[in-house]
Amino acid sequence: MVPTNYYLILSAILFGLGVLAFVFKRNVITIFMAIELMLNAVNLAFVAFSRAMGKSDGEVFVLFVIIVAAAEAAVGLGIIILTARNRRSLNVERVDLLKL
Amino acid sequence: MPILEYLWIIPLLPLLGSAINGLFGAKWSKAVVNSVALGSTGVSFLCAVEAVREFLAGGSQPFRKEFFDWIVAGNFRAGFDLQLDQLTVVMLLVVTGVGFLIHIYSTGYMAHEGGYYRFFSYLNLFMFFMLILVLAANYVLLFVGWEGVGLCSYLLIGFYFLKQSAADAGKKAFIVNRIGDFGFMLGMFLLFRSFGSLDFQTVFSKAATWQPDAMGQFGTMTIACILLFVGATGKSAQLPLYVWLPDAMEGPTPVSALIHAATMVTAGVYVVARSHVLFSHAPTAMYIVAIVGCATAFFAATIGLVQSDIKKVLAYSTVSQLGYMFLACGVGAFGAGIFHLMTHAFFKALLFLSAGSVIHAMGGEQDMWHMGGLSKKIKVTYWCMLFGTIAIAGFPPFAAFFSKDSILFAAYNSESGGKVLYGVGLLAAVLTSFYMFRLIRLTFYGEKRYDEHHVHVHESPSSMTGPLIILSILSLTGGWFALPALFGGKDYFAEFLSPVFGAAEAGGGEAAQSLERILSIVAVVAATAGLLVAWRMYAKNVKRGTSEGVHKLLYNKYYMDELYAAAIVRPLMWLSRNVLWKVVDAGMIDGTVNGVADAAAAVGDTVRHTQSGNTRSYAVWVVIGAIVVLGIVFWPILHPALFGGVR
Repeated sequence: MVPTNYYLILSAILFGLGVLAFVFKRNVITIFMAIELMLNAVNLAFVAFSRAMGKSDGEVFVLFVIIVAAAEAAVGLGIIILTARNRRSLNVERVDLLKL
Repeated sequence: MPILEYLWIIPLLPLLGSAINGLFGAKWSKAVVNSVALGSTGVSFLCAVEAVREFLAGGSQPFRKEFFDWIVAGNFRAGFDLQLDQLTVVMLLVVTGVGFLIHIYSTGYMAHEGGYYRFFSYLNLFMFFMLILVLAANYVLLFVGWEGVGLCSYLLIGFYFLKQSAADAGKKAFIVNRIGDFGFMLGMFLLFRSFGSLDFQTVFSKAATWQPDAMGQFGTMTIACILLFVGATGKSAQLPLYVWLPDAMEGPTPVSALIHAATMVTAGVYVVARSHVLFSHAPTAMYIVAIVGCATAFFAATIGLVQSDIKKVLAYSTVSQLGYMFLACGVGAFGAGIFHLMTHAFFKALLFLSAGSVIHAMGGEQDMWHMGGLSKKIKVTYWCMLFGTIAIAGFPPFAAFFSKDSILFAAYNSESGGKVLYGVGLLAAVLTSFYMFRLIRLTFYGEKRYDEHHVHVHESPSSMTGPLIILSILSLTGGWFALPALFGGKDYFAEFLSPVFGAAEAGGGEAAQSLERILSIVAVVAATAGLLVAWRMYAKNVKRGTSEGVHKLLYNKYYMDELYAAAIVRPLMWLSRNVLWKVVDAGMIDGTVNGVADAAAAVGDTVRHTQSGNTRSYAVWVVIGAIVVLGIVFWPILHPALFGGVR
């Protein structure tokens, strides 16, 4: 059986990649995907712990996270489409009206 | 229903009248406002008469009733307690009776004025506070009335508030009274500290057991009495706080009659007489009261000699007569002081109301040099004014003859400096007679000094002359309580008050009798002298002379107002403007407030740059925040791992 450590390291790598993409990418869609990547990295950790502990709590959490992620995708993509229409761009640098 | 058990009705009725007129009177006709105002005071007067009847029927013990607790703190209790004794009876009847007459008069006098309902609302409110003042059974409740009448005085002096001088006069009265009230309050504090109570009964019964202060000794009792007297000098316009009363003549004339002659200004005399137990334990304070009273009587009379405004003459006359009352209290003749208070209420109200009638007839003219020859045109007013003048000048058998006589007699007999006090008092009596007959001569005799085409002289309506006639009768008969004393009998007024002030001074003995008779004759001679001099000096065709020398000094009231302005008002203004305003307020207070605001703005201006609007920078902040939180959470693990905690 694959040791739990491996899953956790993979999860950490995926999460780190998500953070880097979240911070450094300019394309909104990419950022959105980075967020999804972070969520799923956490999901992976949950499932790994769940299996290691022999309990199903973590799997229940994962189901909730997937549901929330689906809702977030619906709202987030809606916002992205609207900004894209208004700005004619997917570059987040150009969406900066929310300041003094 | 025994009204005595419901004593609170007497002050409550005017309060209700005031509230009703004040709240709803603006939309009502004058007839309705009249009936509310006159009804409440009239019924209050009747209740007072009935209460007095019941009280007198029940013997001479003071009636006292505690209605409810007002302030209770530890051992201190100040309740809504009312009391009725012989002194209160006199005050109560004077306040409600004269007050009611002046209310009637006002319906005629104020008929053409704006703010009719406002006037009557204030006037009723004044009645309420004055009745609280005289009925109160402790110093705290008395002080409520004391401040309340001050407020009403302010409101009514400034009744024509669009007129700058009236508004200023109101403020002046209020501020000068504040100085007196400060003394009064300190006096109350001292009494509370000494006796643990401010209730009249408790304070006086405890004080009576104290050893009296010696002459020239400033013990607790003396200091307390002097402080109370400071309050009295403010309210009753004595030296050096008298300056507000002449200016208070800016108010409508019925107000001058009711508040600034008959009732409110006598509150100081009332307080001194009420506290007679304390004062009789403090001979030094008594002496100060006598000297201040005597000096004021003379000083104000001299100013009254040359004034040209008819109301100003009467105002200084009031100050002077109040001085007499304090002189009486100061030499221990409290009964005589209260006697003069009562007769003064009658004849001075009469004089003021008559003067109001003259002013009404002249269409608002107050300068006596623009009058003259009015005796034929306004006969009723003339006769009433003459009655009042004879009464104040002290000719028998009018009221002031008896009251002033008993004051001068008491002053003559007093131990320390009595002869001097008597002499100055007598001189003031000459001056009184002089300025009053000067007023009569200038107003009612001689040539017309007004333009008949512009001034249509007319007698006042019966609502005004009616009260005048009643007051004339009172001015004549008000002193007759003391009439038998002149012929070796009893002074009924002094005897009536004796349960309050103790047994009347031992007036018996043939020597004292003849002395009093001689002094009476001297007083009448003095009054006659004043009359004759006035009559000669202001002969038929007298013209307003130029003001020089002493005349100028008197005409300008010894430059007292200018002196006060230079010594107190202007330095205070300078201090307020240049230090309190520009340094303390603008510099320190505003500086602190603005400084805090500026600091907040500066910090905000720096920090707001983090809100770049750039989504990715927010993302970076989120990540940094998460790392910091994680670092804090895992610090115990990281610390040995990173810095070689493994030993």
